[in-house]
Amino acid sequence: MIYKVISKKEFRAFIDALVQSNSSFAPQQVDTDQRGNPLYQFKPVQSVDEIAFDYTATTSSAKHFFLPFREELSHVTFDGESWEQQISYEADPIVLIGLRPCDISALNILDDVLLHGHFPSPYYLAKRKNTFIIGMDHLPLPDCFCKSMNHHTVTTGFNLFCADIGDHYYLSINSSKAFNFLKEFETREPLYEDNCLLTERRKLIQNSFQTEIDVTGLPSMLDIEFDSPVWEKWGEKCLNCGTCAMVCPSCYCYSLTESFDLNLKGASREKRLYSCNLVDFAVVAGGHNFRPKNGDRLKYRYYHQHRGFAENANQQICVGCNRCGRACLPGINPKAVINDLRLEKESCLTCVSSSPSKR
Amino acid sequence: MPDLRFVIPKQEINCEAFAASAPDFNRRSELMNTDRGFKCRVTNIVQLTELEKLFQLRIVDAAERAIFRFKPGQFVMLELPGYGDVPISISSSSTNHEFLELCIRKAGHVTSALFTIEEGAQVAIRGPFGSSFPMDEMAGNNILLIAGGLGIAPLRAPLFWINEHRDRFLDVNLLYGAKEPSQLLFTWQFEEWEKINHTRLHTIVEHGDAGWKGKTGMITDLFNDISIDVKKSYAIVCGPPIMFKFVCGYLDKLGIPMNRMFISLERRMHCGMGKCCRCMVGSTFTCIDGPVFDYWSVMNLKEAI
Repeated sequence: MIYKVISKKEFRAFIDALVQSNSSFAPQQVDTDQRGNPLYQFKPVQSVDEIAFDYTATTSSAKHFFLPFREELSHVTFDGESWEQQISYEADPIVLIGLRPCDISALNILDDVLLHGHFPSPYYLAKRKNTFIIGMDHLPLPDCFCKSMNHHTVTTGFNLFCADIGDHYYLSINSSKAFNFLKEFETREPLYEDNCLLTERRKLIQNSFQTEIDVTGLPSMLDIEFDSPVWEKWGEKCLNCGTCAMVCPSCYCYSLTESFDLNLKGASREKRLYSCNLVDFAVVAGGHNFRPKNGDRLKYRYYHQHRGFAENANQQICVGCNRCGRACLPGINPKAVINDLRLEKESCLTCVSSSPSKR
Repeated sequence: MPDLRFVIPKQEINCEAFAASAPDFNRRSELMNTDRGFKCRVTNIVQLTELEKLFQLRIVDAAERAIFRFKPGQFVMLELPGYGDVPISISSSSTNHEFLELCIRKAGHVTSALFTIEEGAQVAIRGPFGSSFPMDEMAGNNILLIAGGLGIAPLRAPLFWINEHRDRFLDVNLLYGAKEPSQLLFTWQFEEWEKINHTRLHTIVEHGDAGWKGKTGMITDLFNDISIDVKKSYAIVCGPPIMFKFVCGYLDKLGIPMNRMFISLERRMHCGMGKCCRCMVGSTFTCIDGPVFDYWSVMNLKEAI
């Protein structure tokens, strides 16, 4: 990694040059919620002036550039009795500007699943290789808990990462492409003062977190509390809408759907993002549902995010952005659910410890 | 006008190169047929019962046919272009490299469409996926095959394997239960299994009809007919989830170690490659770590049976 410092003015010129020459996506304010807070989304941009650099976090995540809601995996052309299957792994290069550390961490987690596991996915690889990522740090929202998940900083998975140090950006350059582009602009080696400013900035971010979740030993806790009434309680609230999975930066479950073309000369196999909270997620042929109750499905989501994935990939799948909590209509958020699980455990401890005194 | 100095070059993902870059060489062949299906011709269709048909498939391309190898217990994703794909366990012999047999029950959207196709139609298979029964580990022991209903279909592959390597195994007992006599599958092979291959076959049905001369009752009643040497026995169990509880529970009480009982789980699957998460049981993918699990793993998985 090479570190440079660039003035904000020069940085804007650099971004402008990138935006002018490539298909680029950056955060823009698209709406406000009912309380008047701005809502941001990654949108195509044509100039640097359209970018909201000081945005908080986008409502839905950047994963959709890599895992679109609908993606054609293959196409079949019928020819009499026979058919031919065409597959294309192509993706056009894009620039993503202003990703938050949690977004980039989520992409690294997706890499673990989709590139480093069994059967690497060429569809994902094509998109990942053709994406130029510029990350930016930010002050957390009141309900962000990425510090608890250790995803408030990121060290890999981007081309360029910018930390805001007053009049300048402190750049971490992680690819030769980014380094070559920056040669055309005025940058300087970081001075001692810049390093101090960076440390201060990092401390400020670290101390700004208002929400914390204790995730120590959570995987085993989820195992032990598998039959806890907490799941029933939160499951009753769940609407099974699947919004949490749609906005989650690291959820990747999908379903495959095949459909005939309108002219009946071909058919396409399509991948659609899915959610484990949708009712028919685990329904098998014949109609048996392996997770028939709301609570079962909600439990499974937490179980996969915090337990199952931790067992397979040695890290939890959740990055702590709390998008699911913000998007959930009945107000189920991970902090409340996990804390509830913990309290459940603690109350058990008190009843165990209080029983001898009753004797 | 785009400034050429700042244009990000497009990177092509060449599948061949990508496959070759995979760390282990064997994975290469897996990779080749995960997205692209092997084109198969349906060479024969046998109507087994009202709801079940046996499809015999032959991979069209000779080179692909030479690559395609599977182990007893594995499954393929069978794709009917335009309708979708379904996971089907292979119920033919793993040493038969020419033809593939899939026993399919008409149960959903894709299988209903499959029931309308005729001989000569072309379908695709991806795979083979999943874990298999450890036939080598079982060698030198008594084998107990227990099937309920359609569970006989995945059991046919290990049964073929045992029959082809009969000298490696001691006593082989096949316990097979169904709801009604008309639902018993592969009845034409019973005689062959019993007489030629020295497999002791025990069948039972829940509700007998006028022509039924055999036993009636639950599958666990068949345990009274056989003697099990718990020290030298392996069990393969396949059937509806409710059957696992009773059968494996009984064998467990009898004293067969949990890691010597193998069961094949059924889940909804869309990809077969551990990506879509539809088949997840707790922390485990049925398509990668399963469908064949030993009973110990199953007991450790939450909500498995």
